[in-house]
Amino acid sequence: MNSYELSSLLIVALPLLSFAFLILLNKQLKPRVAGIIGTLTLATTAILTFYVASGYFFGFGMENGAYVHHIALQFQWLKFSDNLSIDLGIVLDPISVALLIVITVVSTMVHLYSLNYMHGEEYFARYYAYLSLFTFSMLGLVMAVNIFQMYIFWELVGVSSFLLIGFYFTKPSAIAAAKKAFIVTRFADLGFLIGILILSHGAKTLDFFVMIQRLTQAGSPYLAHFTATSFLGLSTLSWALLLVFAGGAGKSAMFPLHIWLPDAMEGPTPVSALIHAATMVVAGVYLVARLFPIFAISAPDALLIIAYIGAFTALFAAVIACTQTDIKRVLAYSTISQIAYMMFALGVSGWGEGQTEGFTASIFHLFTHAFFKALLFLGAGAIIHAINSNEMKDMGGLRKALPITHITFLVACLSISGIPPFSGFFSKEAILSAASHSNMLVYYVGLFTSGLTAFYMFRLYFRIFWYKPVQDHHNHEKHTWAMNSALLVLVLGAAFAGLIPFGSFVSATGSPIILPFNPSFSVVPVSFGLIGIFLAYYFFSKESDRADKTVAYFGGFYRAAYHKFYIDEIYLFVTKKVIFNLIGRPAAWFDRTVVNGILINGTAVVTEAGSEAIKPMQSGKVQSYAMFFLGGVLLLVALLFIQFM
Amino acid sequence: MDILQLLIILPIITILGMIVAKNELQIKSIALAGSSLQLVLAVIITALYVQLRQTGATDQFLFLSSYVWFAPLKIYFTSGIDGISLTMILMTALVVLAGVLVSWKINKQVKEFFFLLILLSLSAYGFFMTTNLFAMFFFLELAVIPKFLLIGMWGSGRKEYSSMKLALMLMAGSALVFLGIIGLFYASGMQSWDIQDIAKLNIPIATQRVLYLLLFTGFGVFTAMFPFHTWAPDGHSSAPTAASMFLAGISMKLGAYGCLRVATYLLPGAAQELSWIFIILASIAIIYGAFATMMQKDLKYMNAYSSVSHVGFIILGIAMLTKVAITGAVMQMVSHGIMTALFFAAIGMIYDRAHTRQANELGGMLKQIPFIGTAFIISGLTSLGLPGFSGFVSEMTVFVGSWERAGIFYRGATILAAASIVVTAVYILRAIGFAIWGSVTNKEFLKLKDATWSERTATVLLVVGILLIGLAPFLFVHLIDMDTTTIYHKLISNVLVH
Repeated sequence: MNSYELSSLLIVALPLLSFAFLILLNKQLKPRVAGIIGTLTLATTAILTFYVASGYFFGFGMENGAYVHHIALQFQWLKFSDNLSIDLGIVLDPISVALLIVITVVSTMVHLYSLNYMHGEEYFARYYAYLSLFTFSMLGLVMAVNIFQMYIFWELVGVSSFLLIGFYFTKPSAIAAAKKAFIVTRFADLGFLIGILILSHGAKTLDFFVMIQRLTQAGSPYLAHFTATSFLGLSTLSWALLLVFAGGAGKSAMFPLHIWLPDAMEGPTPVSALIHAATMVVAGVYLVARLFPIFAISAPDALLIIAYIGAFTALFAAVIACTQTDIKRVLAYSTISQIAYMMFALGVSGWGEGQTEGFTASIFHLFTHAFFKALLFLGAGAIIHAINSNEMKDMGGLRKALPITHITFLVACLSISGIPPFSGFFSKEAILSAASHSNMLVYYVGLFTSGLTAFYMFRLYFRIFWYKPVQDHHNHEKHTWAMNSALLVLVLGAAFAGLIPFGSFVSATGSPIILPFNPSFSVVPVSFGLIGIFLAYYFFSKESDRADKTVAYFGGFYRAAYHKFYIDEIYLFVTKKVIFNLIGRPAAWFDRTVVNGILINGTAVVTEAGSEAIKPMQSGKVQSYAMFFLGGVLLLVALLFIQFM
Repeated sequence: MDILQLLIILPIITILGMIVAKNELQIKSIALAGSSLQLVLAVIITALYVQLRQTGATDQFLFLSSYVWFAPLKIYFTSGIDGISLTMILMTALVVLAGVLVSWKINKQVKEFFFLLILLSLSAYGFFMTTNLFAMFFFLELAVIPKFLLIGMWGSGRKEYSSMKLALMLMAGSALVFLGIIGLFYASGMQSWDIQDIAKLNIPIATQRVLYLLLFTGFGVFTAMFPFHTWAPDGHSSAPTAASMFLAGISMKLGAYGCLRVATYLLPGAAQELSWIFIILASIAIIYGAFATMMQKDLKYMNAYSSVSHVGFIILGIAMLTKVAITGAVMQMVSHGIMTALFFAAIGMIYDRAHTRQANELGGMLKQIPFIGTAFIISGLTSLGLPGFSGFVSEMTVFVGSWERAGIFYRGATILAAASIVVTAVYILRAIGFAIWGSVTNKEFLKLKDATWSERTATVLLVVGILLIGLAPFLFVHLIDMDTTTIYHKLISNVLVH
């Protein structure tokens, strides 16, 4: 085991140790000590990650001009049969290393930020323990060598998210949100699990890389087995991959499984930044990226479906984001929309020469989005910290009171709106360019959505920092060194991460590609962004009734969007009315009444009645015995008589 | 004297000790010492077993020895263990010790209570270690009466009804088992009751069919297999905590073990032909049990129904007849045994303090009694199959194993079973949300005290068991691998291979 492999092992092991330490000693430790332990552990993993990343990208990762995957560690954890086993291990390849950087950097910043933000919370040490648990699980997920390993950590990030959303566990809305998040994603994970079962049975392996090899080579018997049968026009393989994607769609909040993410904002804001913006919610994108060769080579039809789901979700969530008034919910819908960008970017790409641009663009956007969206959430946290409200109506004119938050938030807004030279511009251009080469419909949806994105983000920005100044706030920034530092570190990423020549590191095949940069192409998307910003300025830079008038003009559509197109109500109807009343209640009733009442108690009743009926025969009265005796004798005589006559 | 027989002798000595004990504390101390020694002994036996296997012992059963009970009818007490019975013995020892610990506060007829608990452990060890069917039946019966008394005397609610129903249903089950084993005895030409001998026979398929149905159904009643499960919810809701732990943790596994070791292993031809019946019943139990659980408000009813759903995985794994599925079924037996014991322990601790088990009347337990609240959450997360805990590995092994059976029927059953994990998440999280999280609504709850030393010890023991399987499943699989292979080979020998 060389130093890089050892470091990569430490990257996962340290957060786990930190979790175990903090959860076992959470009562004994002083809160401040617990926080510092957690933060320092994460800072160490971040440093180790940069060490491993530099080693991988500039050293051992490249073979014959292409990046190859490197298994740093692998051991058999649970053997099912000779072919199938769950192996745990660590893989280093371009996408996993890119994700490692995202996770450890954002997590470190969130740990740091929480030192101030969560100050004085009753369960401070437990909070840090959960953060460490989440980070460990997320790292295990991206480093997975085996699809079942990914499923294991997939469930673990789900439960960490559950525990953190429900961190304020005495608050009913937090309890409901935590349950909803877990159950919706669990439902999606059922698809993932069945997908794994089908894939593993056909490919006779659970190992990612063996599976990819077996299911992409032309003439492979495993592949032939899979494509021989089809159902509703899609091959078995496509169905299996779509089921796996369903799991990804649940975690990444794709329509119609997105409903848990806005509610998940009940968790502490730093948690939203880490889990529900930068890392866990992109796990679905990562999953598709991990299996991308199989999708692209053997099941392009499944990829096309992903492209359409992604494009629809991007637009759908952006429309809702324009109408929400809780700033965290605006950011949540924005997250859904941005992840959908990554998803359709994967959907529009293929395996052939020049078609893999979307793959790189997707991971690139994942990378930049993590920084600017975490920054937006942490900024929102600072605002909420200052005025104790999530609602826009309580905000306005905060730019003087919160200068650092203001500047960093502005940079993040420009970045997400795709304004050069900020990071979001580069990654979004790459996505739109890939879409324009492959699927014009998706391209137009993406283009329009990018205009909407700029509009709702700057609506948020103007509404918070300009508009009508509110009086009731205090300047917290003087006392929140940790929060300020976290914002200032992340703003570097949000501003400059786009300058990284991402294509030379991450590509579908491993061989570096050059993401096309074409100013004439950029004119249109950037203009859309500028129009969005201008409209937001027109409506929200000063207090006016312009917005209300326009809303009145949209009428019913606005109300539908404001109510999130009633998707929650539909779910509520299905779960409460259909599942509870039509399945659960009858099942419980059937069990009590039919199975227990009729079958079991019925048997008892019949036995009892039977014994009551024959009881008189054992009365102890000699006369009646004599009567029975006589009757019996007569019967026998009669029988004998008939017999012998 | 073989070390294995100590497992029978130790409980007898414990019982004798309790009989001469002078006061409650002595009785409890003797029971605790006896059950602790049981666990120590089980661990020692495991160590010896592993050592023997490593030095190349290839016999199916190790530590074999035989004592005559009644020679004219060939009834011997033959004892010997393989990996499967070993894991059952370990699980039993763990649950019994935890059961004694959580019963520390019992103050009514203490001597009788612990006497019956230890008697139950004796019957479980006897059942798991003997290879003689008659002796097996003897121990199976021996386990019924203490349960009847434990519920009837120390129970709550409709305890007479519940205990009567439980005893009668289990008796009916054992009547079927008895017919079945007599049939096996006849099939051997009245020569042997021994599993090792009967396994060598080639029983005519017509006989196999009848005996398979009798035996699987009979043992199935003990496992609370649908539609013979209704003793479980009522029995559990009335039973004292330790009896619930024993009932769901160990007693249901007697049945499951019988389904595997007797019904399936000895009658492979009929199993191949007829196991579809039990696949259907298991699938119904899994999904229907889960939905019925969702509607329960009483936490004990909830866990009882959830047990019906979870032991469905065991039946499913056994009936799928693949090696992986059987491995999963054995894992699930142990996993469910420990997990459900922890669940009932946590519910019992809450009930002792709050005097209610209705989820909607509780609330804020994590704030008031964090240790017990955490124990409840851990058992809940195990139940919903969270990786790291034992439920995940065993359920996944059952799924992967079941998926090996091609064909729309088997696939459909597997998907249905897998779908239950979503419903499980719903009811577990509802229970946690209502009872454990939330704020304290009842002022009485502000005075609640957290777990005592004995309760903490019991909880830690069970959690360690859950984590051991959940984090290092390879140890477990290694222990039983040879035996599941033996069973699987017997299943596919001379019949169709898939």
